[in-house]
Amino acid sequence: MNNLSTSKPLSYWSAFKSIFIREIKLAWQKPTQLVQPVVFFLIVVTLFPLGISPAPKTLQMIGPGVIWIAAILAIMLVVERLFRQDYQEGTIEAWLLSTVPMSLLVGAKLLAAWFISCSVLVLITPVLALLMNIETHVIPALMLSLLVGTPILLFVGAIGNALTVGLNQGGVLLSLLVLPLYIPVLIFATSLIEAATLNMSYTGQMSILISMLLVSCFFAPVAIAAALKNTVN
Amino acid sequence: MWKWLHPYAKAETTYKLCYRLLPYFSWLAVITLVSGSIWGLFYAPSDYQQGDSFRIIYFHVPTAIWSMGAYTSMAICGLIGIVWQIRNAELAVYAIAPVGAAFTFLALISGAIWGKPMWGAWWVWDARLTSELILLFLYLGVIALYNSFEDKRTAARASSILAIVGVINVPIIHYSVEWWNTLHQGASITKLDKPSISPDMLWPLLLNISGFLFVLAALVCLRLANQILINDARRPWVKAMVSEKTNKAEQSKNKATLADKE
Repeated sequence: MNNLSTSKPLSYWSAFKSIFIREIKLAWQKPTQLVQPVVFFLIVVTLFPLGISPAPKTLQMIGPGVIWIAAILAIMLVVERLFRQDYQEGTIEAWLLSTVPMSLLVGAKLLAAWFISCSVLVLITPVLALLMNIETHVIPALMLSLLVGTPILLFVGAIGNALTVGLNQGGVLLSLLVLPLYIPVLIFATSLIEAATLNMSYTGQMSILISMLLVSCFFAPVAIAAALKNTVN
Repeated sequence: MWKWLHPYAKAETTYKLCYRLLPYFSWLAVITLVSGSIWGLFYAPSDYQQGDSFRIIYFHVPTAIWSMGAYTSMAICGLIGIVWQIRNAELAVYAIAPVGAAFTFLALISGAIWGKPMWGAWWVWDARLTSELILLFLYLGVIALYNSFEDKRTAARASSILAIVGVINVPIIHYSVEWWNTLHQGASITKLDKPSISPDMLWPLLLNISGFLFVLAALVCLRLANQILINDARRPWVKAMVSEKTNKAEQSKNKATLADKE
């Protein structure tokens, strides 16, 4: 940084890596933000047996759907503050000024965000599955659907956050923008789990989810970059 | 084509175009809707199964078709606005959104009114109904996003981006919902599915479909012209136009007073 004129331009890979590491470090410094979505996920799932019925049959029937809806709500919490701090500190302006494409930096941020907040949701699903009396042979399918589905939710939700980050009222507007877009993911994930419950092959649903993941991987960073540029300008 | 399109990047030209087109669209809408509705409601034969209550098709199907058409055209306007930085296209996004939302709402309401006697329920979780409801949510999202920004330029661009993201999702939503429905319910109860309709019923339907398209076009022209006017309120061309109009009004007033004196 001392002599900018002679320094090599930042390579794409090192920029990606440095943002990824920065995000992980930042998250490590504030563990409460890590824990909050997970606790929220647990609590929402706990409410359903209390609100509907603790009968094992009922729980088995509604369990996967309840876990998925709770995951969606938990990810909404994550997404809501995804870019807020970066926007307030001016990090996003720094990204805009850098020579590396904005969408790449956004991609690094999203990948880190998935590892920080969503991977834990996938990991604790077996516990929730036990609470909801879901059969053991369904649990791998449930975890797989969340493993592929949560990044889609995160990427699409991040578009919504990038659009609204400049506004002071986030939450309600964000859910209005983002939740309709989550519906296909929810539908395919639950039908995947239903197929698994009936001991049928679920490769079809899985490949659709994976293709949705690839499409969102490709387009979401571009849309987010455009939205952030629009907000900062 | 660029040569032909380019002048409309200028606000004034688009504004004038809107007002030039508005009377044509309005009159065409009145003519087609009045003739189509009278033909459909009074002269078309009644359905052998549904009796006279099928006649709501003349309002339900056109609004449903153009609710989707409006969303697509909104997204195309958004894409044009974002890619070529044409501000009028961005304004068109917000000009279309509430009209499209109203059409979606009308389609849902008329569908519910039709569904009650036919299916015995105001609402069923049928694929088409569900995707139409989601479409309404998408419209409401665009409108809400636009209204929550102070700076209207940022608002227009943000809602353009959202409209584009939404239109990528519309086919996915549509097919996923259709698939979900067939998975859960087996045989479909949709009676609308490709009705083999007799020509005496079809012609008024086509008239009303085009009529609602003209309504959509007229409302969008009016809204777009107003949006441009609000946006450019301090620009010289608007001031010139306003002063010209006030001058004309004064002149006619003067003439009138002169005539009175004589």
